Amino acid sequence: MFEYILSKYNYWMYIVIILIGFYAMMAKGNFMKKLIGMGIFQWAIIFYFMSIGAKRGASIHIVGGHGAAHTAVQAAEIINPLPSVLMLTAIVVAVATTGITLSIIILIFKRYGTLDEDEITMPK
Amino acid sequence: MVRDIEDIVVSTLSRFLIPFMQVFSLYVFAHGHSSPGGGFQGGCIMAAAFILIVIAYDLREAKRRFKEKALLIFCCLGVFIYVGTGFLCLLLGSNFLDYSILSKVLPADPVKARYYGMAMIELGVQITVMAIMLSIFLDLVTKGEHEGALEEDV
Amino acid sequence: MKKVLAFIAIIITGALLVYGVEDFPKWADPNQPASLHVSPRYIEHALDETAVPNLVTAILADYRGFDTMFETAVIFTAGIVVMMLLRRPRKW
Repeated sequence: MFEYILSKYNYWMYIVIILIGFYAMMAKGNFMKKLIGMGIFQWAIIFYFMSIGAKRGASIHIVGGHGAAHTAVQAAEIINPLPSVLMLTAIVVAVATTGITLSIIILIFKRYGTLDEDEITMPK
Repeated sequence: MVRDIEDIVVSTLSRFLIPFMQVFSLYVFAHGHSSPGGGFQGGCIMAAAFILIVIAYDLREAKRRFKEKALLIFCCLGVFIYVGTGFLCLLLGSNFLDYSILSKVLPADPVKARYYGMAMIELGVQITVMAIMLSIFLDLVTKGEHEGALEEDV
Repeated sequence: MKKVLAFIAIIITGALLVYGVEDFPKWADPNQPASLHVSPRYIEHALDETAVPNLVTAILADYRGFDTMFETAVIFTAGIVVMMLLRRPRKW
């Protein structure tokens, strides 16, 4: 039982961060706080994918060494490069959505004068 | 962001840091094949160097260093270089983005031609990422108005 | 009221995620399915076929170069959208 919890402890950490970001997106009233919650959610997902690529006792994914002669590369000694590659694209997509969301928040403030969710959707 | 007073500490330190950051971004891009780095990382560091000019000095100083028209041209130039390399491989007779056929125009064997093809597309990625990061920052910080610092062209 | 509903949604989502962790592989297991199918082929043949020591750059720019092209188009489109949302034409 304790072994089961300890051998997968990275998943418990990322679940906690995902739930924190999700709560911030739903329960907070200010739009900037919702945006920060979305940012926390995105980074937790990116960390979770990057943690899949680890291998016990392996070294980083730069092969070749020094000089011209290089020995054959064993697949069990190099960590998995594929999650890092896919997450590079995900990081750029996160930056793009954050930029567009910030510009929409500027437009909302110009139109309504406030950034509170309750005052905008249910005006007095 | 047109200010009258400069902060002495920030502006003096950024005099040392900004050229170093620009050269470091080119180093990170150029060594993307043998050490961690590449197009995206180099482009973000270069954009951060220009954003430091906006923070430490004026918005007008940043606009003098990097004109608005040049920014728009750089945005499109990067995508054009990337797709242009793919089309060049298509015109030479192989598949789209198949760099080994570039050994006909470059003085290299087909294995080394893939190395040079990757360098060309990473250049395109760096130019686009740098220009877009700076453009998004300038738009968000001035709410699109650019406070009269846009060139007077009609 | 909103916070109570948010808490209920959090607890349901958390229970579903914890139930799903049971099928995941152990951390840093060398025999997990993510490291078995196409990844060993990339690791063993990338240096011979492309002469680039950095495996992430070799996969990003050569084996998966099509995805990188569309991702550059995504960041370009985001910059154009921010320009379109925020700038107003000057009065003539």
